[in-house]
Amino acid sequence: MIDLTTDYVGLKLKNPLVPSASPLSKDLGMAKRLEDAGAAAIVMYSLFEEELRAEEAMAERFLLHAELGHGEADSFLPDHGRFKTCLDGYLEQLTRLKAGLGIPVIASLNGTSLSGWVELGQELERAGADALELNVYQVAADMGLSAASVEARYVCLLAELKSVVGIPIIMKLSPFFSSLPHFVKELEVAGARGVSLFNRFYQPDFDLETLKVASRLHLSYPDEALLRIRWLAILHGRVELSLAGTGGVHSHEEALKMLLAGADVVHLASCLLQHGPGRLAEILGGMARWMEEREYASVAQLKGSMSQKNLPDPAALARASYIEVINSYQPPRGIWR
Amino acid sequence: MPDAHRMITLDGNEAAARMAYLTNEVIAIYPITPSSNMGEWADEWAAQDRPNLWGTVPRIIEMQSEAGAAGALHGALTSGALCTSFTASQGLLLYIPNLYKIAGELTPFLLNVSARALASHALSIFGDHSDVMACRATGFAMLASGSVQEAQDFALIGQAATLDGRVPVLHFFDGFRTSHEVAKIVAVDEDPARAMLDSDRIAQHRARALSPEHPVIRGTSQNPDVFFQSRERVNPFHDAFPAVMQAAMDRFAALTGRRYRLFDYTGAADAERVIVLMGSGAETAHETVEHLTAQGEKVGVLKVRLYRPFAANALLAALPESARAVAVLDRTKEPGADGEPLYKDVLGALAQAAADGARAMPRVIGGRYGLGSKEFTPGMVKAVFDALNTDKPKRQFTVGIHDDVTHLSLPWEEAFRTDAARATRAAVFYGLGSDGTVSANKNSIKIIGEATDLHAQGYFVYDSKKSGAVTVSHLRFGPQPIRSAYLTGSGDAHFVACHQTVFLERYDMLDHAAPGGVFLLNTPTPAEAAWDSLPAQACGHVRAKGLKVFVIDAYQVAEAAGMGRRINTIMQTCFFAISGILPREEAIAAIKQAVEKTYGRKSKRLAELNFRAIDMTLEHLHQIVIPAEAGIQPATDWTPASAGVAGLPAFVRDVTLPIFLGRGDRLPVSLLPEDGTYPLGTAQYEKRNIALEIPVWEADLCTQCGKCVFVCPHSAIRARAFREADAANAPPTFKHVPAKSKDYPPGTRISYQVAPEDCTGCGDCVEACPIHDKSNVSRRAVNMAPQPPLREQERDNYVFFLSLPEFDRDLVKHTTIPGSMLLDPLFEYSGACAGCGETPYIRLATQLFGDRMLVANATGCSSIYGGNLPTTPYTTNAEGRGPAWSNSLFEDNAEFGLGMRLAADKLMDYAQRLVKAMADEIGGDLADGLLSAEQREEAGLRAQRRRVAALLTRLGASGHPRAKELASVAEWLIRRSVWIVGGDGWAYDIGFGGLDHVLSLPYDVNILVLDTEVYSNTGGQTSKATPLGAVAKFSAAGKPIIKKDLGKQAMDYGHVYVAHVAYGAKDVHTLKVFHEAESYDGPSLIIAYSPCIAHGVDMLYNQRQQDMAVKTGHWPLFRFEPRVAEGENPFRLDSAPPSKPIGEFMDSETRFAMLKRSHPEAAAQFMKRAQEEADKRFRGYQELAQLHASDGKTGV
Repeated sequence: MIDLTTDYVGLKLKNPLVPSASPLSKDLGMAKRLEDAGAAAIVMYSLFEEELRAEEAMAERFLLHAELGHGEADSFLPDHGRFKTCLDGYLEQLTRLKAGLGIPVIASLNGTSLSGWVELGQELERAGADALELNVYQVAADMGLSAASVEARYVCLLAELKSVVGIPIIMKLSPFFSSLPHFVKELEVAGARGVSLFNRFYQPDFDLETLKVASRLHLSYPDEALLRIRWLAILHGRVELSLAGTGGVHSHEEALKMLLAGADVVHLASCLLQHGPGRLAEILGGMARWMEEREYASVAQLKGSMSQKNLPDPAALARASYIEVINSYQPPRGIWR
Repeated sequence: MPDAHRMITLDGNEAAARMAYLTNEVIAIYPITPSSNMGEWADEWAAQDRPNLWGTVPRIIEMQSEAGAAGALHGALTSGALCTSFTASQGLLLYIPNLYKIAGELTPFLLNVSARALASHALSIFGDHSDVMACRATGFAMLASGSVQEAQDFALIGQAATLDGRVPVLHFFDGFRTSHEVAKIVAVDEDPARAMLDSDRIAQHRARALSPEHPVIRGTSQNPDVFFQSRERVNPFHDAFPAVMQAAMDRFAALTGRRYRLFDYTGAADAERVIVLMGSGAETAHETVEHLTAQGEKVGVLKVRLYRPFAANALLAALPESARAVAVLDRTKEPGADGEPLYKDVLGALAQAAADGARAMPRVIGGRYGLGSKEFTPGMVKAVFDALNTDKPKRQFTVGIHDDVTHLSLPWEEAFRTDAARATRAAVFYGLGSDGTVSANKNSIKIIGEATDLHAQGYFVYDSKKSGAVTVSHLRFGPQPIRSAYLTGSGDAHFVACHQTVFLERYDMLDHAAPGGVFLLNTPTPAEAAWDSLPAQACGHVRAKGLKVFVIDAYQVAEAAGMGRRINTIMQTCFFAISGILPREEAIAAIKQAVEKTYGRKSKRLAELNFRAIDMTLEHLHQIVIPAEAGIQPATDWTPASAGVAGLPAFVRDVTLPIFLGRGDRLPVSLLPEDGTYPLGTAQYEKRNIALEIPVWEADLCTQCGKCVFVCPHSAIRARAFREADAANAPPTFKHVPAKSKDYPPGTRISYQVAPEDCTGCGDCVEACPIHDKSNVSRRAVNMAPQPPLREQERDNYVFFLSLPEFDRDLVKHTTIPGSMLLDPLFEYSGACAGCGETPYIRLATQLFGDRMLVANATGCSSIYGGNLPTTPYTTNAEGRGPAWSNSLFEDNAEFGLGMRLAADKLMDYAQRLVKAMADEIGGDLADGLLSAEQREEAGLRAQRRRVAALLTRLGASGHPRAKELASVAEWLIRRSVWIVGGDGWAYDIGFGGLDHVLSLPYDVNILVLDTEVYSNTGGQTSKATPLGAVAKFSAAGKPIIKKDLGKQAMDYGHVYVAHVAYGAKDVHTLKVFHEAESYDGPSLIIAYSPCIAHGVDMLYNQRQQDMAVKTGHWPLFRFEPRVAEGENPFRLDSAPPSKPIGEFMDSETRFAMLKRSHPEAAAQFMKRAQEEADKRFRGYQELAQLHASDGKTGV
């Protein structure tokens, strides 16, 4: 029997497959199906700072201060004290998930500012979160902001939260850092227990009819796993904190590759949204079969076995390899001819 | 152990509603100002599952009208429930038939009324007793409260008495003055409330209920043999009721220590002069009497508590024998009577006593005061006492106005002040309606009320505008209960605050300031330059009164604190910091506590931002140094630029502008129209300058599509085509370019021009502009830019623009957007909200048909922005023609408009008969032309006007015996376009019966339903137009039933032209519909989607929301055209199948989105059902459109 267990930020997990932040955790029934399918833990859907802000603006404008100064109406929408913020809803769902599931529940915060986050973290801890994933969702578009200050902001946010929260904190990062290993090390020093590589920004799109910016959600595709695999392999063995691979895992193949690169856990979302919770069991089965065929005894044995630490040619991970890739690409007929 | 002296701070409506809620089981209501809040409180408490005295949550139900509420209550009462309700004014009138029934059946019931004027020559939302006085004959007991404390106490006492005595009670207090006054009162808690109600009496009420277990019948028809006797059978109950009421009052006194009597007397025991009155005026009289008796005057006031049944003996017992002169004041008017009702009752009681020899007959005079919330001050009370001291006082008089027509008014001393008023500290605040000044002040009163032993009072004067409104808050604090039921007068306020710099120019607010007082100004001018920025008038007050002046740039502090443009907390902090009412630290802590309470769990971050702003405020608040050298500048009255306009109509100069400037109270009777008739075209003189930014036209980019003009809610951006030569004298910055249309003669120029001082800055024109600069997509053909630097220049340009004649209407294509938008609007600069979704429809109608429109307008938003003084947005064209407009009631508008049609048709018929009879005299050709004129199109109408002019010329020279008769009706030979306009509250609910009847008839009326899907004017209550899943008042958990398909119901008749439009989705469709509807010789119904601020979406996105509503299937566009040829399908579905899920639309509006926060499961269910319903509805329309498909003539 293969030992699939893994250790992630101090949590003992029965296997490395953990559904990442997605709407699937909004429904307890769905979360239970994921657990039944084999999920070792679950990252809750993200509590978006942007959503909290929009909600505040809505409450300010239309519930708290709707008056026009006309004698016949001083408000338009009834509040009745029942209005629950998305934070309230989030805490309630966290409590429900904790009560209804046997696996660890990782809360997820998505935002960029310091204000209010410390209290948020505390409330999530009190509500029973086993760990906290912090998705600092910042597109560093400010011309006056140096790379160092962007990194400093992350570290500062982490330190603030760390000072008041006892549960492990995982930093979910974007791939857009000049020197990722250096930065991850900094996060480790500041107290992060794990990093999750990488978040996927929703990319703005242009509507050609209206000439307005439109937002569209695109699910991941398997090729996206490659970027994760490279950086997991580069980091594994050089930092103490846990590593999570997230983005592009659609089959057991990407999951195995991430583990080989050094991930402690592998996150799944798009494939579950597309195919349902059953896909998790299939991936888990596929992994087990692959390991069985090759007589692996445990995930621990597999983990990081192809990282920079163990590769015969570690430079391959850092090489640009442009020429080889381009030369190997054969365009379809009729495009260049 | 409950605290018998627990103090609470609340307004009169909440005070009464608390007791009503606690002591009842079924509450059927219908919103009407100023009582709406009572029903809303009840709804809120029920939504919170707050129980009544018996542990159950009262059932709150909103009905389709007050008549509906009355019926439901009657049914619930006769079936054994304890019931109450809340209403006022026209609403109370609709209750009347059931009041007779409820009283005739001796049913315990208490109706709370915030007494309000009845519409006569005009509607008034303000307070007087004309509504309750109309109920005198119903058999209800009438119980009057004069203060917030009494509104609470009497709501309970009345409830106890009605159960004990079986006479239903109409409990009333003064609309606005008491209903909306915030005051600190002693609370009545549950235990005393329970102790007041006799459980045996409740059991007896239940036992009398209709029940199949012991059946009876009630509500029989009776014949001459017994009806009269039966009517007399109730007498013992009415006879006994005063004693029953007094017993309840005594029981209440034993429980609470507050003692009331049927008639409460205050004043000298040996008073010679006594005033008798009821309501809040009695409190002012009480305060004045205490002041005068302290000076040794032998005066008193008799407060009437129980007005019906009228207990003459109790009145005589309470009135000192020494009274030799009595003035009875009525807050109502009965034209033609020889005295108002209370006066007649008191007079009768005294006369009877004198006739019986029981006491000497004093001199009794009667006066009217306070109609429509007219101020009633101690100076006026004293004037009445002074009148009683004269040898021959006017037997009938008025007080509070200057009557130079019938000379009934008493002069009064404006400067008279009572000791009690001097002992209070008063504060006055001028704020913008939307800047939160009122809510911050309500909060300050609560803080002071709760943190100190001081008594507190707040009263708020609102605007009649819904955009850029000014509010004036009047606050008083003092060691004794405050009885001053009147505004802060000249020189009274120890603190005056101006929250918007622009108001300092417009209003003489420092007239309120007391010597040595404090003036707080929010200004962007730095402290060192602030003095020089003050208007001369303000400087004059500051020097003359030795005021201390503090300034703060609250907008800058708000911005820096991250609060955007919200300044209310900052200004509140300033008030506490410098008014000295509370120790500064204590006050700051209290404000922070209040902030915490407001934002609570909604947002810790917002609470933190407020805390930061509070802390920053003190650093940015500066006292300015008043330069010593200058003398006192003379005060000058501010006037708007329009006041200096040459040729200003005398009426506008003498009446309109003084009202606009807040000096309407000074207008004498003679200046006002005798029958409520006012001239058009007055909104143009206001020039309110409320926009921070206005649109700027980029002529080089513009394709002249006209969309910006089409969507403008205030007719503040306009298009004009003109000859090149006309532009010769244009101001240098006036923009105009060659007209692109080939329809116009060569050389035609065109201009799109903003009205800089009338624009509200909503930005809808920019959103509607379809043009993008190819190199910079954010640059449109109109873009917003700050108003102040553009004001002068664009003012001149606009004056020039208006001086250009309207382009030849025959050359303009009325059926295209660019063409129709060249037609002059005859509806402009209304007081509607910035970005209003209703007004573009009205403006469009006036552009197309304004010169021939008769408008019947239901009460609601459209009657307020259409006809609330001081001005009207309806205006005339160059020939002086324009929409003739009137408002009858809320409930009868369709019928009112039908009446207009009937009159027009009848008089046309009459005129035509005369033309026929006088054909030889008139001339055969002219007569034929007049009789056979085709007037459906504008050109035909104009030709008919020329014929009528020719007719009048001939008749003028004619000696025919019927020439004058025909001349008097000749104008009716010109076809009139009758428009019946109103909101969904009218069309779907209260006026539906009438609307349905008018639709069922063949008459040519155009009905425009401005569908905002809620009662917008009264604050967003649910109507039958409210969609499934929307949160609205009385649907806090989401409306569980789908919106009524009014269009479908109308289509069923077959002969009605029906259309669903949304100009923001398809403007050209809207335009087409207006033409088709107007040209149809029968009833037309246009149901117009009108986004509203009540939807919880910024009105900048008005058009976007309309577009989404259509694209998601929330608002399909269609037409039902009865004029189609035999066999053709009259139904046309004009919008494509929904291309987006309806959830996308629902998520974009707070009215739906907030349900996810309060009732997430229900929200998910509603969204699913809404999609199913939208699909079903669209499928239904598609099927309709497919009918006759076999003929190849489908409606798609």
